[in-house]
Order: sequence, then C-alpha cells, then structure tokens
Amino acid sequence: MAKMKGAEILVECLKREGVDVLFGYPGGANLPIYDALYDSGLKHILVRHEQGAAHMADGYARATGKVGVCLATSGPGATNLVTGIATAFMDSIPMVVLTGQVRSYLIGNDAFQEADVCGITRPITKHNTLVKNVNDLARVIREAFYIAGTGKPGPVLVDIPVDIAQAETEFVWPEKVEIRGYKPQRFMEGHKGQIDKAAHMLLDAKKPVIYVGGGAVMSQAADEIRELVDLVGAPVTTTCMALGIYPEDKPNSLRMLGMHGAASTNYAVQYCDLLVNIGARFDDRVTGKVETFSPKSKKIHIDIDPASIGKSVAVDVPIVGDVKRVLKEMIKEVKASDKKPDYAEWWEQIHEWQKKHPLTYQMKKGDKLKPQYVLEVLSDLTKGDCLMTTDVGQHQMWACQFYRWTRPRTYITSGGLGTMGYGLPAAIGAQFGKPKERVICLSGDGSFVMNIQELATAVDHKLPIKAIILNNGYLGMVRQWQELFSKKRFSYSGIRAPDFAKVAEGFGAKGITITKPEEVKPTLERILADKECWVVDCICDEEEKVFPIIPPGKAIDEMIMDMA
Amino acid sequence: MAKHILSVLVENKFGVLARISSLIAGRGFNIESLAVGETEDPTASRMTIVFDGDEKTIEQIKKQLNRLIDVISIQDLTKEEHLDRELILCKVSVTAKTRPEVTEIAQTVRAEVADVGVKSLTLQLIGDPAKIKTFLEMLKPYGVKEIVRTGRVALARDTAGG
Repeated sequence: MAKMKGAEILVECLKREGVDVLFGYPGGANLPIYDALYDSGLKHILVRHEQGAAHMADGYARATGKVGVCLATSGPGATNLVTGIATAFMDSIPMVVLTGQVRSYLIGNDAFQEADVCGITRPITKHNTLVKNVNDLARVIREAFYIAGTGKPGPVLVDIPVDIAQAETEFVWPEKVEIRGYKPQRFMEGHKGQIDKAAHMLLDAKKPVIYVGGGAVMSQAADEIRELVDLVGAPVTTTCMALGIYPEDKPNSLRMLGMHGAASTNYAVQYCDLLVNIGARFDDRVTGKVETFSPKSKKIHIDIDPASIGKSVAVDVPIVGDVKRVLKEMIKEVKASDKKPDYAEWWEQIHEWQKKHPLTYQMKKGDKLKPQYVLEVLSDLTKGDCLMTTDVGQHQMWACQFYRWTRPRTYITSGGLGTMGYGLPAAIGAQFGKPKERVICLSGDGSFVMNIQELATAVDHKLPIKAIILNNGYLGMVRQWQELFSKKRFSYSGIRAPDFAKVAEGFGAKGITITKPEEVKPTLERILADKECWVVDCICDEEEKVFPIIPPGKAIDEMIMDMA
Repeated sequence: MAKHILSVLVENKFGVLARISSLIAGRGFNIESLAVGETEDPTASRMTIVFDGDEKTIEQIKKQLNRLIDVISIQDLTKEEHLDRELILCKVSVTAKTRPEVTEIAQTVRAEVADVGVKSLTLQLIGDPAKIKTFLEMLKPYGVKEIVRTGRVALARDTAGG
C-alpha cells in the first residue's frame, strides 16, 4: 500500500468524516496541512483572525447539528482560538479543533511560536490529544469526531507537530471507535421506572412548568417537546439556548425564563409544584439565589450528563438519558394513562401574572429609537424566517424578549461563556452550514468591533449576511448595571464607535445608518430583500434598559420591573 | 467531614495525571493524597485519591472524573471493605543514648531501619493511617527531622467466597 504523509492522512480523515467545510488560518506549523489542503477538494474558508475560525466552526455546528471544524497554527494561532473553544465548551457544541505544533523534538524548548496548547485548553475541551506518532493520527482524528459529537457534545482539540504532518505511513482507516473510558451509549436510554414516575408526576401535578434547555436542541427533540407539551397542556419555558424549540406564538409557551425572562414566567417557575427540567442545567442566570429557587416544587431533571444532575439544585427524580429517547418513553406512558391532567386554575394564575406584568417598553412620539422596536419590526417582517446570531449584552436579551422564536437552532448565541465578538463569525459559520437560511447577526456597538475583521470573510464569499447593530454609544449592559447597582457611576462604559456604515463599505459590504423609528421598517425591508452583505447601524436610546431583571444574588421573584 | 478514598483506573498515557489534577484543582476540591502507578495491565494506571469532603462534593468529583475520556473506571472504596496502606520514611535525630530507644520503637511497630547516620536514623514503615499516626507520635519526642510519605494506596477486599 502506498504511503501517505500525515497531512494527507488528516485530509483523508476529514473527508471520510463528512466534513464539507473548515475554517482556518495558515502559519508555520500547519504549512504541511495547508499544502495537503491545496488540491484536496475540501472547502476551506480563510478567516481574518483565528478566533473567527473557532466561532465559525461553532456557528456552523449550532446551525446544522454537525461537528464544526477549525484549523490554526501553533503558538499565537492556537491561543487565538482559546476564547472560541471555551465558548463552544460552555454551550456543549461539537467541534474538532486542529492546531499545528512545533516539531516534536522542539516541544518544551520554548521554540518559535510554541505554546503548550494541550495544557492551555485542557479545562475548556471535552478532550485533547498531542499526536506523537503518525501511526496514531487516523485513529486520533476518528476518535476526536466521535467524542465531539456523542454524549454531551463538546470541542475536541488535536495538536499535530510539523514532523508528524510530514512523516509518512500507510493509511489505515479505523472502521470502529473503541475507547474503553468513553461509552456514551450507556447513558442513552434512561431508566424506565424513573421515566414512568416522571410521567405520572406530570399528570398528577396541579401547577407544573416544563423548563427546556440546549440539551433538547442537541438531542433533536423539538417534535417530542411539542408533543409532550400539547398532550398535557402544560406551560413550557425555555432558556436562551433552546428558544424556538416550542413555538412562542402558541399559548402554552411562557417564552424565556431567568434573569431577563418575563416576570410572569419567573413567577410560574418560582411557585410551581412540579418543575420538569429537560436538558437544561439550572444555570445561575436561571435560578437566581439558588437557596430560594422554586422552593415548593418537586423537580425532575432529564440530562445526558450525569454530572449535570444535582450539581447546583437537588432533584427528586433524576433521569440520565438522551432527551429525545426519554421523552418518547414518557409520551408513551402519558398516552397509556387514563389520567387527565387539570391545570386550569394554574393557567388562570399565570394569565393573571401575564396581564399584570407584560413584556413591554414605551416609545412615545418624538422619542429616540428604541432597540426593542427594531426587534419587533424584525420579528414582524421575518415571521421566524430568520437564523439570528448575536453578541453579548442588552441586544442579546432584547432579541430573546422581543423576537418571536418558532424554530429550534435559529437563535445562535454564546449563552454560557457570554462571548462578545461571537455574533459575526458565528453568522458566517451558520450561513455556510445553512446556505438557504436568511442569516442575521444582531450586535451591539461594543461587541461588533471585537471581530469586525470577519466582514472581509463574509464579503469574500458573497454571503448575504445582515448585521444589525443596536448602537447606543455604551457597553449597554455594563451601563445598565452601573445605573442600577453602582449609583450611576458609569466607569468606562461609554465607548465611541466607528462609523459602521463606512467601515462596512471599506470592507466591501454595504452600510447604512438609521436614527429614527420611521426609518426602521423601510430600511429592514430593503436590506432583507437584497442579496449583499449589509451592516445596519441603528442609533438607539442609550437610556433604555433590559427589564425585568433579577438583581444578582436575589430570588427569581425579586425582579426589578422598570425604573418606576 | 469524612475521608473518601477513590480508586481510579486510568489510561497509562502522558498528560493523564495533569488532566486529573487540573480538573480537581479547577473545581476547588481538596486532595489529601494522590498515589499513582502502573497496574497488572501496562496500558492502565491506578490512582488512589484521598479526599476530604461531604457527600455532595464526592458525588461531583466522581461524576466529573467519570466525564474524562481517559478515566476507565472509578471505585469508591469508602463504601466497601478495603485495604489501604501507606509507606513513610522518617528521619529521626538520635544520640548515643536514644539510639537503642528509637530502634526499639521501630521493632515494636515493625518499622525497618532504612538508613543509619551518625546523628540520625531513617525508619521505614508501611501501615494504615492509624498505625502511622501512632508511630509518628512515638518518635516526636526524639526530634523528627524529615518525613516523606507515599500517600495511601488502596484495593477493595475480596468478599467472602469471592
């Protein structure tokens, strides 16, 4: 059998894993890999900063459910990936990260562009491996894809020294993956007895809330969530990682919960008698002060990761299993029962809360442009026909609140790590994964400049991405916290943005600035109909805040509703 | 808080020890001792980790360790009958007068005299924590100059007939 170079083996493995695009940036230590890519037929997207490559692979993975792939060189190339890897890790996104490394015999010598990348990324990867022998390469790559995409997904990094990429060996494709310390299929089914118990608790409850997180999205369980919710008629709320898994325009939806969830939703969670957590993790942004969280409810927790269960909130019925499979069983048990759930009184209470505390904002004639209005118009114009990525801060939360989410995998955001600069590269990755979707990057004037260089990548590939910036001249969420909790001492939260429309033009995209409410609709209509990449700079009211807010360290029913 | 002994079977590969210790450190857990060595299967190592912590912490440690790809299996020996041993080397000051006394203590507890110096004796003892504690207390009056301990290693006992 003809021998192949390590780099060629890598490329062959990527093809066999079904990779249709990878995002990367060349440099000294991955030159042999780039040489092998040159005429490989694999689609490679040249980014402008390695952080962009990591977020693109992540955005691709979130939009498609497939494993995203990125590639960087050693040292600074690899360290530039770190924020992107941590972002994916916190949100359990399947990703394979390939890094070049200095030659094996130089490792540990402080060689040019050397960094201990496996050491640096150990706490932010599901697994990582430094390849020390070219004969291991195919197996390591195969295992990387398997580990990244199964169980609780996550990023896996493979560090490949130059000499390993150049070394030659016979290519052997491992047909099967056998890792004795990793048996995710062990945790797929869920305990039948526990599932049945959960089903009956739901049927017997008087005041249930179903609380759905990103794990349900990973598990492709939208149909099962919808079926279960509609079958029993229970209220359902989602974290920002699962927006759209149950359509928000249907009456059973309580939309998002947590720090910036609707007040009525947080009341429902706080006062329910049964909380069914499906693939969420009782994050601190959801629980508020954990000792006071939903004190009277029994709690069911379905999660594929045993370590997620009981980590912060004690649960009564833990179910370790794949959400989709567990729900299928649970639905069967519900259907087999002749019990009829009766939540009428509970719904009455919830409707009362909803009426008393609607999610709303005010915009009087002559007021400055309100950011919430931009999202309302966008929601009306697109009617869910949009895949939105965001950055982090006020705009991210307004998008949760004022856009009506009706499909899973359409709201793509850095939920766990809260990474500013995520939105634009994630939009590019998502657009490559879903060429037919209308991709919008919603951003803020602080976040957008953090990876603005990727406009060049978007323009290179004529991607019709629309970036909408809610520009208020401040790091708005920081400003809001300073106003509410630091006596209006606006310490370094004011930030001067560039003329985004001009910057966009400089990159070869189109740009426009709007300042008035009446400009919003015609402008959005115009750019949404256009095939080019657009940047819309919306100059908004800097005083506007995200309400309600659960102040840090408070219980979830201790929200601040508004400034009154 | 009770002491817990975990016996963790891991892949015998470079980086595994770092992975485990950084996971434990990164989550703010406290280790009392950690001993590691190859097993009857040269591709696997066994780590004996002794922790201080409540039930909830131990559960989290076990779950987090189980998440690691290189961890093959975990046994919580605290919950079953087990043997545990530790080796200690202890350098004790001696004079012409005290030398026989220290040697006698060593004989009493079945410690070995590992090294003889002009002004010191180095004793080696293998035992469980209680025995080692008594041993050290007996030596204290003579002046303990240096101590090194391996940390505990532990194995589950075979159950009757097993």
